[in-house]
Amino acid sequence: MTDNRFFNRSELIGILVLAVFLVVVLPLTLDVFRLNLVAKYLTYAFVALGLVICWGYGGILSLGQGVFFGLGGYCMAMFLKLEASSVENTKIQSTPGIPDFMDWNQITALPFFWKPFNSLTFTIAAIILVPGIFALIIGTAMFKRRVGGTYFAIITQAVAAILTILIVGQQGYTGGINGMTDLRTLKGWDIRPDHAKVVLYFFEVGLLFACIMIAQFVRHSKLGRILVAMREKEDRVRFSGYSVANFKIFAFCIAAMFAAIGGAMFALNVGFMSPSFVGIVPSIEMVIYTAVGGRLSILGAIYGTLLVNFAKTSLSETFPELWLFGLGGLFIAVVLAFPNGLAGIWGDYVQPRIDRLIASRKSKPDGWTDSSVADGAPAE
Amino acid sequence: MSDEANKGLLSPLRRKLLMGMAAVPAITMLPKASFAQAPATSAVNTTGLAVTDTEVTVGILHSATGTMAISETGSIEAEKLAIEQINAMGGVLGRKIKFIQEDGASDWPTFAEKAKKLLVNDKVAAIMGCWTSASRKAVLPVMEQYNGMLYYPTFYEGLEQSKNVIYTGQEATQQILAGLNWIAKEKGAKTFFFIGSDYIWPRTSNKIARKHVENVLKGKVVGEEYYALGSTQFNSVINKIKLTKPDVIFTDVVGGSNVAFYKQLKAAGIDLAKQPLLTISVTEDEIDGIGGENIAGAYACMKYFQSLDNANNKTFVPAFKKAWGEKTVIGDVTQAAYLGPWLWKLTVEKAGSFDVDKIAAASPGVEFKGAPEGYVRIHENHHLWSKTRVGRAKLDGQFELIYETADLVEPDPFPKGYQ
Repeated sequence: MTDNRFFNRSELIGILVLAVFLVVVLPLTLDVFRLNLVAKYLTYAFVALGLVICWGYGGILSLGQGVFFGLGGYCMAMFLKLEASSVENTKIQSTPGIPDFMDWNQITALPFFWKPFNSLTFTIAAIILVPGIFALIIGTAMFKRRVGGTYFAIITQAVAAILTILIVGQQGYTGGINGMTDLRTLKGWDIRPDHAKVVLYFFEVGLLFACIMIAQFVRHSKLGRILVAMREKEDRVRFSGYSVANFKIFAFCIAAMFAAIGGAMFALNVGFMSPSFVGIVPSIEMVIYTAVGGRLSILGAIYGTLLVNFAKTSLSETFPELWLFGLGGLFIAVVLAFPNGLAGIWGDYVQPRIDRLIASRKSKPDGWTDSSVADGAPAE
Repeated sequence: MSDEANKGLLSPLRRKLLMGMAAVPAITMLPKASFAQAPATSAVNTTGLAVTDTEVTVGILHSATGTMAISETGSIEAEKLAIEQINAMGGVLGRKIKFIQEDGASDWPTFAEKAKKLLVNDKVAAIMGCWTSASRKAVLPVMEQYNGMLYYPTFYEGLEQSKNVIYTGQEATQQILAGLNWIAKEKGAKTFFFIGSDYIWPRTSNKIARKHVENVLKGKVVGEEYYALGSTQFNSVINKIKLTKPDVIFTDVVGGSNVAFYKQLKAAGIDLAKQPLLTISVTEDEIDGIGGENIAGAYACMKYFQSLDNANNKTFVPAFKKAWGEKTVIGDVTQAAYLGPWLWKLTVEKAGSFDVDKIAAASPGVEFKGAPEGYVRIHENHHLWSKTRVGRAKLDGQFELIYETADLVEPDPFPKGYQ
């Protein structure tokens, strides 16, 4: 295995299997309603993917990914809300042409920071850059001062709490606790009907694979190795002459941008954005997706997100009053029994058998030892 | 069905509807319809809803978990009770009502997801559900897109009207104006201090109350303060109240914050027997948590109290307690939730169909004489005509009815001069 290759054979197979699963199997077997639910789950997969890089490889546990998910989502929602608030749609208000919640809060003109969101180009740039820059600021402030580990996790939680309070408190500008609802069209294209949901689903899957490629690249590059080295023995890396803080900031920013893309896709798919995705609880939930899937595995995190959310939906549909206990039990069981999550189960039990099967057919045992560790424990 | 209530509805839809109703007896004569009074499914359900020859499915969508569960449980119980009673009376158009319950989990997007599931997957004929304004705002686009019918029980801020929603609680002007008039007259109140939780309902309610106080009652608002949901520190505002000495404290603090607010008010030496306080957010359910001794003497302004003395309520309260336990209390919203299934049943029978479009068109003018709050009727704007009542909290956690409007108050979700 060479350093500059994107993936080895078993990873390639894994990605192909995931691609077939998402692009062929799910759309053929699910109706549009369920497919739209999968699209919603996959928006969290972006966050989980970011956490694999930041937490799994970099060892930086962020309990505030909801902040970036929310920033991305709100940027998208602001654009969509402005488009839905055209003068003819809002005739009933005292000030037509501004979002309905501003009217309820006696605001009579569009605030200045809303105006650029009339442009889709600006919005797309903002979805990536606003959370990216915000992560850069937090990262620089923390890592340059060598704040790490638990302290960093607590600070990210505090940021999540602060942002929630800010959004809820400034309801004239943000929609408050109601969030931004009733998002309708994207450049005149109605995002609500079934066929639009299907198109959005495939677009999202495409984006997800783009992000998987970036994550693979980071992981197999020298950068990824330094991240892992840093996680294991930070001082050694520092003494070797690397700027540890810069690498951490980089991992944190990547994770933030992935989360923001997820948030923007969420606003598009669900037609909705609210502070309930920004706070501490959703942020921790996002970490749980990663933990269940396996924090060291890029693909595991995606399966973990799908599994947890699927369990959430189906348990709550079947047992509306008891489902939270079932879900809690699932988390505890997985984390206690399988510290490396689903990917750990796969890497420990399933993968070796498959490899042995392949190896027994081919007499040449090339590469199989490599690939058996690849999924569960990268570069260790 | 009252015809005078229908005067305003001279639309082509109504004509179609009447023709449809005229056809109902003819359909029952067909050999296919073997049930007494049960019209054929193909006639009463033309849009593919979950209606069979013996059953019709509706959805119940409230928070059974999360912070709102404490408030919404009463609504779930009331809706289940109403459905049970309707079934015991033979159901709707000869069909038993079956319900699918979904949990909104106090999370607004989950409400939207579950509403969509109920409409798209389960094809329910109607949804009884939502509680907070935020959850309704999340569900509303789904209801409109997939053409569902929502019966929404909570008193709310108004500024909304939809073909796909029947609002069985009061909108802000219905709840507030009569109460303010009463307290201004009775207590000679001129100065008011507003305290609310910081979200859309208290802010809009206070906006309406302020306009009424300033423009109609010619009084003065001496303070207006908001606290985040779940907030428990009210000492600074209580000091301000002591300094400004308002004639009336007007509050719309919601949920658990109420417990802290009234306890701190009492601890600060403000005696509600001498200092008039008018709340629009404390029902019997909240007093359960606050404790009767902390709030006794306060006035509440809404449309229903458990202690109402009328024949309907005298059968409703024991039936509710029999179903859900002696200790349960019934607040305003619980009663409004109880109206949902009944109003839906009456509307279906009036329309002679389960089709949502026909129900939306037939709703105005539907009247329910068996409501625990007394007679109610659906207005053209899909809100209810209802009386406004003022009650005084007693030590045992119940309200004593002090005042009620002589007539039903017209719902006015977009009040002129109050925006």
